[in-house]
Amino acid sequence: MTAFQDSQPAIEAPPPDPAAPAPAEPSVTGGPSVTGGPSVTGGPGRRARLAGPAAFAAVAVVMLVVMPLALEPFRLGLLAKYLCYAIVALGIGLAWGKGGMLTLGQGVFFGLGGYAMGMYLKLHDAGGDLPDFMVWSGVEKLPALWGPFGNPAFALAMVVVLPVVMALLLGALVFRQRVRGAYFAILTQALAAALVILLVGQQGLTGGTNGLTNFFDFFGQDLAADSTQRGLYLVVALVLGVLYLAAWQLVRSRFGRLLVAVRDGEDRVRFLGYDPATVKTLTFAISAGMAGIAGALFVPVVGIISPALLGVVPSLELVVAVAVGGRYALAGAVLGAVVMGYAKTYFSEELPEAWLYLQGALFILVMTLAPKGLAGVAAALRHVRTSRRAAA
Amino acid sequence: MSDNLLEIRGLQVAFDGFRALDGVDLTVGAGELRFLIGPNGAGKTTLIDVITGLTRPTAGSVRFGGQELVGRREHQIVRLGVGRTFQTSVVFEELTVLENLDLAASFRRPLWSLLRSRRGVPETVDKALETTGLTALAGSRAGVLSHGQRQWLEIGMLIAQEPRLLLLDEPVAGMAQDERARTGELLTQVARDHTVIVVEHDMEFLRRYASQVTVLHEGRVLTEGSVEQVRADPRVQEIYLGRAREGAEDAVR
Repeated sequence: MTAFQDSQPAIEAPPPDPAAPAPAEPSVTGGPSVTGGPSVTGGPGRRARLAGPAAFAAVAVVMLVVMPLALEPFRLGLLAKYLCYAIVALGIGLAWGKGGMLTLGQGVFFGLGGYAMGMYLKLHDAGGDLPDFMVWSGVEKLPALWGPFGNPAFALAMVVVLPVVMALLLGALVFRQRVRGAYFAILTQALAAALVILLVGQQGLTGGTNGLTNFFDFFGQDLAADSTQRGLYLVVALVLGVLYLAAWQLVRSRFGRLLVAVRDGEDRVRFLGYDPATVKTLTFAISAGMAGIAGALFVPVVGIISPALLGVVPSLELVVAVAVGGRYALAGAVLGAVVMGYAKTYFSEELPEAWLYLQGALFILVMTLAPKGLAGVAAALRHVRTSRRAAA
Repeated sequence: MSDNLLEIRGLQVAFDGFRALDGVDLTVGAGELRFLIGPNGAGKTTLIDVITGLTRPTAGSVRFGGQELVGRREHQIVRLGVGRTFQTSVVFEELTVLENLDLAASFRRPLWSLLRSRRGVPETVDKALETTGLTALAGSRAGVLSHGQRQWLEIGMLIAQEPRLLLLDEPVAGMAQDERARTGELLTQVARDHTVIVVEHDMEFLRRYASQVTVLHEGRVLTEGSVEQVRADPRVQEIYLGRAREGAEDAVR
């Protein structure tokens, strides 16, 4: 995972990024930005500018070429799962890291995307009959809600539309009323809890606690086949890459600057003539859309979507992962999701009872000692290196 | 229509029964540089807050260029052309000086166009950099600026917004002597082609840069006029200068 780690500061390096290198550390105010470049933008040299894309390309090669060759199907499947989480983490990085919206309910959007995909797959597998779990629950007629999801185009659209619309509605209600901080966090968490209750309660409609599972066919491909799983892995990796680039462009655009400004001084932003509620709502919707896409990819990769995968605990775990990886940097968020995913699998295999404690301890450790997470540590090391070189 | 840019009539603000403003009438003509003074608690900042939508008045009206401002939200008032600074300057520390100014200058752009990266420096931003003398610091993060430089950046952000009315809340508070002089020059320069209202405590600064002065006292307008007229007014001397003099004498003793 060192490739990911390296990519972080490099990709974020363009001058003004808060997450990026040295000047972000309050203790080292004498960072390079003070001396500034001769150019007005204070841009770094050509080498530094190329370092980001180069690191991204290197990571892309590793993920798209090396990993599928090096990993056995089971391990590749696990990595695909972590990359799905990484897509959610990317959205959290945007909303929380850049926008200051601590969202503890991304599982809701992940679930909406996942169920939209799961419903289509169930209907497709049932081939005109009722999905198996409905038969077991004694449902006799396909519920009206399910009907349109038999259409793949509709289902795929809903993967993004449902989470985005929900986030837009929620954002419009909440951010306009200037609800923020802990209140917003609690609200999103309550939402995750409510969705779980809703899903569990509607056994015949949603599969209840078991959720939707037993999928066989994915757009004409046998889901049990290694080749299908490898293909799915590549799709997940590609989607993550594309969304990462999109998020990166968003962050470095004027909108991204505005987002950081809203995070650091929402009230001041109003007097710049912008409505912070709009900025936050849009960003929240983007992060929700990402979670929805991740949920939809998760279903064929892992083979199940159930309330346990999208409730309060998984939502929190992802936030912890983003914090560990470094929320102020997009690559940190992605890295955190993958690292914590691996750690969870490893410790669940070796020391199942210790994992929860370890996760909690890691979170506390990061929050107290390295609030910028792994990405922050990497940036600090890089800064030490460059300043040594400069001093020499 | 008259040349009056800002017309405030019968403005009242009450906080838990305390009347912060108690029937303020104020008219500011286009192109004017108006100083607003008064002892602590006179309602100066409250008045600015009402004009900019931060505080809702209990009664009265604020008309700006013929449009009612009361009831509008903060960013809508900015979009009509009213800009302000705060006593404690708030700039975005994570962003560079240039980005701070660029954000201030971009609010009229449609939101989708903000998704593109900034290419080059808009003319208004360049001008604001030049006016505030911050060109050399354009690439620095605003977090590293000194107190004075922050205030200038705030004024620069205000200029970059190209407002019709600028409201400055104590722009020289906490500044060193040379920074005050620099701010005064900046103010004179800005006032040349803008309508400006300045809230200021500092009498020395007032004497040097003010022409028209409005004195607030206990939520009302006590008097208005040139600096000389206002200073000669015995009521002003009593409530403001007199008190300041006593304070000074106390300090000497």
